[in-house]
Amino acid sequence: MNFYDTNLTQVHNDLVNKRISVTELTKETLTNIKAHEKDLKAYLHLNEDAALKEAAALDKEGVPADDVIAGMPLAVKDNILTKGLTTTAASKILENFNPVYDATVVAKLNQHHFINVGKTNLDEFAMGSSTENSAFQTTSNPWDLTRVPGGSSGGSAASVAAGEVLGALGTDTGGSIRMPASFNGIVGMKPTYGRVSRWGVIAFASSFDQVGWLTQNVKDNATLMSIISGQDKHDMTTSDREVPDFAAELNDSADVKGLKIAVPKEYMSDDVDAGVRKVIMDAVKHFESLGASVDEVSMPNTKYGVPAYYILAPSEASSNLQRYDGIRYGFRAKDVKNLEDVYVKSRSEGFGAEVKRRIMLGTFSLSAGSYDAYFLQAAKIRRLITNDFINVFKDYDLIIGPTGAHPAFKIGSETEDPRKMYMNDILTVPVNMAGVPAMSVPAGFSEGLPVGLQIIGKMFDEKTVYKAGYVFEQTTDFHKQHPQLGGQN
Amino acid sequence: MANQLDEQAVEHVASLAKLEFDKNELSKITGQLGNIMDMFSELQSKDVKDVEPMISPTDMDTVLRDDKAEHISKDERQAILDNAPDTENGLIKVPAIIDESEDGE
Repeated sequence: MNFYDTNLTQVHNDLVNKRISVTELTKETLTNIKAHEKDLKAYLHLNEDAALKEAAALDKEGVPADDVIAGMPLAVKDNILTKGLTTTAASKILENFNPVYDATVVAKLNQHHFINVGKTNLDEFAMGSSTENSAFQTTSNPWDLTRVPGGSSGGSAASVAAGEVLGALGTDTGGSIRMPASFNGIVGMKPTYGRVSRWGVIAFASSFDQVGWLTQNVKDNATLMSIISGQDKHDMTTSDREVPDFAAELNDSADVKGLKIAVPKEYMSDDVDAGVRKVIMDAVKHFESLGASVDEVSMPNTKYGVPAYYILAPSEASSNLQRYDGIRYGFRAKDVKNLEDVYVKSRSEGFGAEVKRRIMLGTFSLSAGSYDAYFLQAAKIRRLITNDFINVFKDYDLIIGPTGAHPAFKIGSETEDPRKMYMNDILTVPVNMAGVPAMSVPAGFSEGLPVGLQIIGKMFDEKTVYKAGYVFEQTTDFHKQHPQLGGQN
Repeated sequence: MANQLDEQAVEHVASLAKLEFDKNELSKITGQLGNIMDMFSELQSKDVKDVEPMISPTDMDTVLRDDKAEHISKDERQAILDNAPDTENGLIKVPAIIDESEDGE
């Protein structure tokens, strides 16, 4: 089973009408995944036995006609807890961790009897832009196996782009859903901060982290997002706002006439590849031809996004990752003489290089003598970056621009230069600073590699983001182009 | 604010973070952190007088649950213990807190 050129509704109808059983669908999905794994390395663990058991149970009961998720094979990023299924965050420190409960997002999907096919690879603790920071394996980009899939949700993105599943859960702290979506020519949505519960999602930077979906198409993304959204008593940052049916208005009558769209000139600077800028300019013209109005605006604090993010997110991470102490769970170093040794050696041997760098950056930024000049300064600049969004959204419905400054880069080309790697996030981190929703949709190609258009909305206005993305997708054919796995150099 | 981190300062931060680096790692990470922190100098020159720091995108108040222990089953308790590196009699076991190889602190 390959999920190109189909969608949730079609597959669901096939299941309801028994053109294919859940067991057959699950088996074919797993076979397809396994056939690609040698090349892609997108999965850390497959959930074969439990998935087939769940499938058999559903076949016995029949797939309910009113539940589009029932029996649907989907994948879960491996920093999201799945009860009884090893969850590692791609870290050696959690190599054998067996969660005792499900993350809220997984519990919600379970209520709908989804089929969890497996746990996807990521940068260790979601810290990275290429998935090369996984302690276990490097995932390849299906468009060119010598290139990265982006990160940190690289396994989820590669699996969706290879047609293995219709959707995979990701997390986005500084671009970790949108960037891999852009690099892989698929759809990736980071919802508003507070829209989706992070209970059971392994914490990285708690004032930035959000859960979202990587999917083949916009409407499926919207359908799946409605299911995982909503207030959760276990995550006090979740909003009590009503969750709309995000997909309800994504149909033939959807249009972008009269939408006011802003393009920040800072998002189209010389730092962005000419090929990427061309794709985005074409998208701008396309929106205009569909009846939207597009103006250039300025968001002058954009350039502070990456440096401020790499103070604030590591500060939060250094605090969140204190829990990995080798005592209650996770890796404990051998040959320790005392308790201090357990802490220091377990952490030093258990964490990878990038995680340690970020713990060091955060610990420094929060330490006495540095707090005012680093953490506090960055927190004030976060306010300025957020004000840029607030100001533009006074006059506009959406902001658009590139998701990444360039297409997928070569594996190994940036690993020795962390600062260069961090600059990949220049167009994605401001969104997380402000907490607004943003989606990457396929918008064209540069040098034969996919380029994503980033569509940014107002707080809790995912609906308008989805509408613009849907209309763009339905009136272009970039999402119909797929990588030729196996047919490349 | 140019690179103000030397190896000694990095070792101090590492001790705060409960991390240790051998000589080669220390030299490497000191260089990398310095390079990353050069990027921060752009922030220091920005005038942020009268700007309120922003700690989170949410403006909701902190909600506390009732301070009441939740019951867990024996099986759940065992599943939690199964994740611990070392247990004894249903408790998590750790090495001696006092280093017996020295006189202690």
